[in-house]
Amino acid sequence: MRHMGAKTLLSHSFRIAWKDLTELFRNRLGLVLLIVMPLFMMVMVGFIYPSNGTVNNLQVGLVNDDSGFNNLNASQSFIMGLQAINNQTHMLILSNVSSVADIRDMVQRGDLEGGIVIPSNFSASMMAGQQGTLIIVSDESNPQISATIQGVLKTVFDGMGTAIAQQKVAPLNATNTLAVVKPFNVQTQGIVSGTPSYFDFIAPGIMAMTVMMSVMTGLPVAISQEKEVGTMDGMMVAPINRLSIILGKTLGQTARGLIQGIIILILAVGLFGVAIQGSILLVFALLLLGVFSFVGLGIVITSFTKDQETAQMLMMTLMFPMMFLSGVFFPIQQMPWYMQDISKILPLTYASDALRKVMVLGAGIPQISTDLIVLVVFGVVMIAIAVPVFRRMMTR
Amino acid sequence: MANASIIEVKNLTKTFNKFTAVDDISFDVKKGEIFGLLGPNGAGKSTILRMLSTLARPTKGTATIGGYDIVKADTEVRTLIGIVSEKMIMYNRLTAKENLWFFGSLFNIPKDVLTKRVDELLELVQLTQWKNAQVGTFSTGMRQRMNVVRALLNMPQVLFLDEPTLGLDPQSSVEIREFIRKLNRENGATVVITTHMMVDADLLCDRIAIIDHGKIVALDTSANLKKMISGADTTIIKLDIPNLSSVLVEKLRALKCADAVTQENSTSLKILVHGDEAFDSVIDAIRVNGGKISSMENLQPSLEDVFLHITGHQVRDSADQKIPMAHRHFGEAPRRVR
Ligand SMILES: Nc1ncnc2c1ncn2[C@@H]1O[C@H](COP(=O)(O)OP(=O)(O)OP(=O)(O)O)[C@@H](O)[C@H]1O
Ligand SMILES: [Mg+2]
Repeated sequence: MRHMGAKTLLSHSFRIAWKDLTELFRNRLGLVLLIVMPLFMMVMVGFIYPSNGTVNNLQVGLVNDDSGFNNLNASQSFIMGLQAINNQTHMLILSNVSSVADIRDMVQRGDLEGGIVIPSNFSASMMAGQQGTLIIVSDESNPQISATIQGVLKTVFDGMGTAIAQQKVAPLNATNTLAVVKPFNVQTQGIVSGTPSYFDFIAPGIMAMTVMMSVMTGLPVAISQEKEVGTMDGMMVAPINRLSIILGKTLGQTARGLIQGIIILILAVGLFGVAIQGSILLVFALLLLGVFSFVGLGIVITSFTKDQETAQMLMMTLMFPMMFLSGVFFPIQQMPWYMQDISKILPLTYASDALRKVMVLGAGIPQISTDLIVLVVFGVVMIAIAVPVFRRMMTR
Repeated sequence: MANASIIEVKNLTKTFNKFTAVDDISFDVKKGEIFGLLGPNGAGKSTILRMLSTLARPTKGTATIGGYDIVKADTEVRTLIGIVSEKMIMYNRLTAKENLWFFGSLFNIPKDVLTKRVDELLELVQLTQWKNAQVGTFSTGMRQRMNVVRALLNMPQVLFLDEPTLGLDPQSSVEIREFIRKLNRENGATVVITTHMMVDADLLCDRIAIIDHGKIVALDTSANLKKMISGADTTIIKLDIPNLSSVLVEKLRALKCADAVTQENSTSLKILVHGDEAFDSVIDAIRVNGGKISSMENLQPSLEDVFLHITGHQVRDSADQKIPMAHRHFGEAPRRVR
């Protein structure tokens, strides 16, 4: 008998979910938004956030005031070195400018983004055994660009400085002059091959967020809408278990969320070149677990919202802090400690962390077990709270 | 068992915060009866129906349907009843057939039976040719027919109808009324119907409970209710006064023999009066105030008059309430606020 009860409960839930999805697929505008929303999110955050190597072809003016020293022109070799490096990286577009004042003027007009000045005593001081000084004229209104020019120049100087130093130590007869000049060398090596972009970082987070939010916020909206329109009464007068209403709605919303998740995945892989290192099945399992962890919270919110407007407002209020505190867009490690503590109680943090580990780092279940445990426990506890609350709400 | 009660209501009460919407009402509905709940906006009719159909929980009191308690045995009650609520219960993006299928599938009806029943019901309300159209495209009349038919999916023994003819043109109203009567006669369904339309109540109901301020103020057959007026020393006078003024109306309202005064239009009045000298007093009052009578008629009482008579009496003790009461029904009733 109990078994039969569970079976009819499920069958009623499926009917309700089917009904919700039929409505969803008949709503053209809703469907379009369903696809456009994640696309917007990806495009916006993905393109706005600066990733490595995106700064290219900066317009930089070059002023060569060097008067030379005994027919020797150190600035010539510097400029050759600079051009050689730039030909590989294409970070700068160099143009010759006659004076510092001109650079300033052109930066203000927006023709240039910065400048490099070689002072008149450049060769002289180098020949006199002193440091050669270069001046970078930077656009303070754009710290990003100024930093990039400095970075490029630093690379050039480093290379040139090393070459000069190697020449100077040559007489010492060392087998490896580089080892003498620069005894230390640092190399960065990732866990997986290739260089992950910012999309690789945010795509898992956005997926986790969209899918989980669809349950937490979609559920209250869907139910309060039916209450407001009056169709809820049609279900309430049927001799069905109240739980099948909430279960059916949850199934419907989960399906909707998963559809959105898949759209994001397709966009991420197809449009933004995100590579999935781990198992795709594990990715879906994680999305479902994320939904499960949020169902209880969604039901609790549903029980307390009377109308659609409140539900929608609640959704916005909850969504924003969640978005920013769960490490979806910015690594949690960048946040102050108290914010990190808050993010540690949000299930989305764990879902997006686990998803990122699987998608970017190719992790398997053992590597994300902590995340999994937290999500399961959170889900179970919230559902245990939610079911009695919901039952009481339904019998008002 | 001929006169067995199928619904028994005892001291049913519903309060919202401090406001008492349904105030300690008791009544029985007999099996196979068409029972009407008649009352102005906000009287508490819908709230009574919602409680009886297990959609709202009574604050106090009990009720049974077919012997099942509406709170303790709500699931059993739900298998016995069907409800046509004030709001249309249907999904605009589903077709007529899909809507009926969906709601029907929530009552454990075997698939083949349900398929047949959905087709029959659509045929019954002449929606067969629209069965694959989304109900969002339907006219109000078609939607209301769908709304009524939805409540019949489980072949209910008791059908609750909340203002089923609201917003319908006279022809559709007649159709719905006929349909309800047919259901009652052919299927033996007990019908409880709320309305503030006197015609509906008068034409359809075996017995009528008049509800005001959450209380039953009268309960009887339409004929008996009318006898309350014509049998007693109460009469309805219809007057045409070409130079009718608001001052005159007020003077008539102030008369001791006048229970209620309603102005039909700019020149005619209906006055509910009692007492032997009622005619004389009314005519005198009009003359004294310079009114000219072009015609005077003694009307057969309608349910409206009964309603006025009863509620008018009720508030007679305080004269200042008489005017709002009389207006309350015939004029624009204040719409309730949530
Ligand atoms: N959910 C609710 N919360 C608060 N007050 C309510 C609620 N439902 C009804 N009421 C109040 O109870 C009273 C009776 O309402 P009800 O809907 O039963 O009236 P009604 O007789 O059906 O009126 P109408 O003819 O307008 O449909 C009204 O004053 C209404 O404001
Ligand atoms: Mg009502």
